[in-house]
Amino acid sequence: MADVTADVIAIIAKKVPQERRGAINPGDKLQDLGIESIDALEMIFDIEEKFGVQVPYNANSATSEFSTVTDVVTAVQKLVDEKASTAGAAE
Amino acid sequence: MNWPHRVVVTGLGVVSPVGIGAGDYWNSLKEGRNGIALPSAALPALNPKQPVGEVRDFDPLRWFGERELVAIDRVAQFAVVAAREAVAQSGILLEGALSERTAAIVGTGVGGALTMDEAYRRVYFEKAARVHPLTIPRLMPNAPASQVSMHLGVRGPSFGIVSACSSATHAIGLAFQMVRAGIADAAIAGGSEACLNFGTMKGWEALRIMAPDTCRPFSRDRKGLIVGEGAAIAVLETAESARARGAEILGEIIGFGMTADAADLTNPDVGGMTRAIRSCLEDAAITPDDVDYINAHGTGTLANDATETAALKAALGVRAAKVPASSTKSMVGHALGAAGALELVATLMAIRDGVAPPTVSYLGPDPACDLDYVPNEARAMPIRTALSNSFAFGGLNAVLAARRFA
Repeated sequence: MADVTADVIAIIAKKVPQERRGAINPGDKLQDLGIESIDALEMIFDIEEKFGVQVPYNANSATSEFSTVTDVVTAVQKLVDEKASTAGAAE
Repeated sequence: MNWPHRVVVTGLGVVSPVGIGAGDYWNSLKEGRNGIALPSAALPALNPKQPVGEVRDFDPLRWFGERELVAIDRVAQFAVVAAREAVAQSGILLEGALSERTAAIVGTGVGGALTMDEAYRRVYFEKAARVHPLTIPRLMPNAPASQVSMHLGVRGPSFGIVSACSSATHAIGLAFQMVRAGIADAAIAGGSEACLNFGTMKGWEALRIMAPDTCRPFSRDRKGLIVGEGAAIAVLETAESARARGAEILGEIIGFGMTADAADLTNPDVGGMTRAIRSCLEDAAITPDDVDYINAHGTGTLANDATETAALKAALGVRAAKVPASSTKSMVGHALGAAGALELVATLMAIRDGVAPPTVSYLGPDPACDLDYVPNEARAMPIRTALSNSFAFGGLNAVLAARRFA
């Protein structure tokens, strides 16, 4: 199955100040990367558009769900894998 | 400051998810009746799993002729229906010189959303060559104000007000200032919203702040807001003219405060909210100890309710813990540009009846929201003076103060 890490980090990087873009690590907290509420919304939007998935995300309960870069990568990987297996089952 | 006039309310009109008519609306709020539900069959384009605050059983043909309806979007229909009720209750005769000295100021957050949605659907989706010729006058955000002016015969200063979720409070506040200052003798003011359409709701979905279950302001486990619709209109006039007509005075508007955060686009700001509340108290020449009840903005989002709680504490000091502050959005959802007017009606009725309406669907305290929110059941209590808060996206805050007329 395709690894989404690089793509997700590239999407996150677009919301991060220029000087930090080259040094995003999986353990980084989104908040420490300067990603605020509207950046997070855009990030989710970009992810959904890129991978053709629907990310269950409510800004009212999201603070813990997507704390670090890894949290986002893991969630997206899961959705992409689910989508692949559903598509496979349909064939 | 010595203003020429005291400003009283002599008529109220409401179109809401819990009743058409101010009396039905208020009785529902007192009973804690929740109007939030999954969309009805009248809204087939909406996500069937997302609850909304829908005005059901609104038959336009009961209120308008078939020819009239061609020119008037649902948002303006609501405004006119509420305005007719308010003017009828007031007994004010909008004729001759008085009609020229009366203002019609009606706020809306979105405007003619259904008309816009329908027009875009035709051209983008059906590839139609043209849209309905009255598309523009139906969708313009001043249409509710213009239609109220035309249907009620208001010939004085009239315009729409747009400040998202604060629109109606700004509209009533401005009307209050005009009547108080003698710029207008009377005003038909309030707000209207009708944007439960596919395109607008897609936009709300994308903001990721709608609750999947219901609206639980200030409660633990609250999951966001519920988009609603409706309208409310008040007739404001000078105390002298109301007395001279022998009109029943439903309450007095005594102060209005408005501020801007100049900060985040969507995140609320405790400083901006606090300044709006303080500025309203100052305008009303009252102190925190005078405030008996607050109709809170209370949207049910994590951010608003915690920030509003902090602002109430900052503005009212120790008094904040003693003043019941409830959110009637828990029963009707967030009717955006109509919300402030619906809530001012609730505030005036609360004063009149001595009943604080409840915050329903309340599950228990959240550490960030530790005031008295009148959970789940209305409370009989003496209320002389009350505030109504509205805080909008874009950082635009507006607060009204009302008092029992004596």
